[in-house]
Amino acid sequence: MAGTVKRDYSLVGESTRRAIETGLASAEWYHTDVPRKAIKELMQRSDGPAIRDTIIWIIAILGSAAGAIYFWGTWWCVPFFFVYGVLYGSSSDSRWHECGHGTAFRTRWMNDVVYQIASFMLMRNPVTWRWSHARHHTDTIIVGRDAEIAVMRPPDLLRAALAFTGILDFRYSLPALVRQAFGKLTPDEKSYVPEMEQHKAVIAARWHIAIYIATIALAVFMRSWIPVVLIGVPRLYGTWHMVLTGLLQHIGLADNVVDHRLNTRTVYMNPISRFIYWNMNYHVEHHMFPMVPYHALPRLHELIKHDLPEANPSIWHAYREVWPVLLRQLKYEDYFLKRELPPTARPYRGEFHEVNMSAAAE
Amino acid sequence: MADWVEACAVDDVEEEDVIRFDHGGRTFAIYRSPDDEFFATDGFCTHEQAHLADGLVMDDIIECPKHNGRFNYKTGQAKGAPVCVNLATYPVKVEAGKVMIQIV
Repeated sequence: MAGTVKRDYSLVGESTRRAIETGLASAEWYHTDVPRKAIKELMQRSDGPAIRDTIIWIIAILGSAAGAIYFWGTWWCVPFFFVYGVLYGSSSDSRWHECGHGTAFRTRWMNDVVYQIASFMLMRNPVTWRWSHARHHTDTIIVGRDAEIAVMRPPDLLRAALAFTGILDFRYSLPALVRQAFGKLTPDEKSYVPEMEQHKAVIAARWHIAIYIATIALAVFMRSWIPVVLIGVPRLYGTWHMVLTGLLQHIGLADNVVDHRLNTRTVYMNPISRFIYWNMNYHVEHHMFPMVPYHALPRLHELIKHDLPEANPSIWHAYREVWPVLLRQLKYEDYFLKRELPPTARPYRGEFHEVNMSAAAE
Repeated sequence: MADWVEACAVDDVEEEDVIRFDHGGRTFAIYRSPDDEFFATDGFCTHEQAHLADGLVMDDIIECPKHNGRFNYKTGQAKGAPVCVNLATYPVKVEAGKVMIQIV
């Protein structure tokens, strides 16, 4: 068994150098063969599904906010805040994601408007995060390159648990926006945001901070907590669903490979979670073909599932699968879950990755 | 002196679509617009090495398959993040059912 090399998750460190040297950075990734005609049809954009879903989303946000305000001061406000929090702190992530890709709507400005609103709800700088997500797609779970690795190895389970409360993200996101508003980008951020775009990140951060200052001022003026409980703080109490679904995208699977079937997971989910998550549970499919809009992912899944590991049948099933892997990684961080391919799939190919397969559980 | 090179037959490209054309160690993308006009650009996205021929043509836009970067394939203009650098374009003409591009 090969010795464990300590992972360095900085984007300008030893793992970065190694990823570039070994060709893992900006590598050629495995793709399931799909006829051009079929994938072109799946990639087609339309405004209809996203307009419908966005109208439902906005009505649900405004309705739950109205209920929370109406019942403020009684226990009846709790279910309204529960719904509002998830819509604000979790469903905004999938809207941010899909509109960032530009696939949700056919009309560009609609993608841009929803992207900006969702970025604000998530306390994410719309510029830096657009670029970090581009890097995530170029170098998915490549240590030293991917800026969006949610659970690093060895896993910090306390940190992963706290993520459900939003506390850690809040503690990172708000100071990051303040720092960026003062014109300071970290070396990691500078590594993936081109120089010509960096000033836009500063301007965006200033807008976000200005809105938060205005919200606090309104709360002081009204002598009420309502403004801050509705703007900003839902990032704490409403994040849990985003973490519940988002953690499953890559957790416990291989790193430093160039086959999304090895490092990404598709999980069947209930319709409510799929609405909140905008079908990102079909995550292998999304990574292989990021041009396919969220509403076409179930059809893409049907088309290529013969070549993918079997999807987890539920969120619960996926976490049960992941838990023992995380425990094992505490002692042996190279350990990962190698998911079995169906007989109809093209096998994992050695030339696509140099992963230490002896560390894999199947 | 720039040469005119036969890239493909007219029927090789569907309307509002793109195909790849390799020549002299270089890769190009040949487009057929919804108005039935032909255009040519460099074959790789200027952001990262992704084949634009695997992307999606919508009106006068080509969207890169890797990060959804968008270019106007008629002018080569980059339409915003994550693409910042314009795409090189090449003159095109159609002769006897063949699409010819002028490679500089």
